[in-house]
Amino acid sequence: MSKFKSKKDNALPAVNTASLPDIVFMLLFFFMVVTVMREDTLMVEQRLPLADQVEKLEKKYPISYIYAGKPSSGYKDLGDEARLQLNDKFADIEDIQAFINAERAAIAREELIDFLTVSLKVDKEANMGIVGDIKKELRKANALKINYSVGTGSALDN
Amino acid sequence: MAKRSAPEVNAGSMADIAFLLLIFFLVTTTIPKDSGINRKLPPMEPPNDDEVVIKQKNIFTVLINGKDQLLVEDELMELKDLRKAAIEFLDNGGGTDAAGNRCDYCKGKRDASSSDHPDKAIISLKNERETSYAQYISVQNELVAAYNDLRNIRALEVGPRKGFSDMDFVKMEENYKDAKFNGNKEKLKEVIDQIRKEYPEKLSEVQ
Repeated sequence: MSKFKSKKDNALPAVNTASLPDIVFMLLFFFMVVTVMREDTLMVEQRLPLADQVEKLEKKYPISYIYAGKPSSGYKDLGDEARLQLNDKFADIEDIQAFINAERAAIAREELIDFLTVSLKVDKEANMGIVGDIKKELRKANALKINYSVGTGSALDN
Repeated sequence: MAKRSAPEVNAGSMADIAFLLLIFFLVTTTIPKDSGINRKLPPMEPPNDDEVVIKQKNIFTVLINGKDQLLVEDELMELKDLRKAAIEFLDNGGGTDAAGNRCDYCKGKRDASSSDHPDKAIISLKNERETSYAQYISVQNELVAAYNDLRNIRALEVGPRKGFSDMDFVKMEENYKDAKFNGNKEKLKEVIDQIRKEYPEKLSEVQ
């Protein structure tokens, strides 16, 4: 009798985990494909205002980003006044023209230069003084296509 | 010598490695949501002396003051009423356009003291330096919404005659940009352009 009796007769069989790597790889590839690495490290607060008449920003044309808002918690020594961020650092209003020219020079295909859209990502706590200054500089740099980046929601809740 | 088979690589830790990568990408992923209100800035022009005279009744002034209050045509107004007021002004059609045509598609009151024609009606937006950005965006949004509402109504009238039924203006534009749309895009573009011409977006900002 005992000769035919299995030793682990009443133990549960182990769950087969052979396909676990496959599942994880599937998820991994999904996230690898959808990931867009953030180009700029944000140094200003960004709580975008809400609006409901939004249009999608078309990716086929070149886009430059200008950030504004009050310095985030790591840069408290700069005060509470809204500041401008270009690329990875704080900038002054006068730097915008040089920034736009640099962005234009970086566009590989010449025919797209005129389609450069400037996306303004401005914190909702900021006031219009800084936005007005940015717009004035953009007009001087002849970058006239702009897009106020907003979140989707009712504009009456702002 | 007898050929010895290579020992099998232990793949037990593959899942761990994959998990590590997965967690890295999970953390760094930001699904971008780039949408917003498109605007076009006026170009810098050399100052010219011959000023264009625009009749006061064709201008709809909106001022946002430093305390985020709204002054529309010199009267205090709540933000929620702005869209309706703007639509009434734009769609008034009290007179004729530059070519002397009356606005036959307007549904407004045809009040002689308000705008003549959607083609002539201009919304002038002014803000102060202390105005908050959130309020400014709200106002911009409501004004764009006024134009979109009018265009949507018009699109539902014009569309069916040209073979685009049940499509408002926003939907038309969406379809026009959509590569998967299987309709006559040239015809759709014509309809869009016509509606744009009938209700041109004339929103000027005082600098």
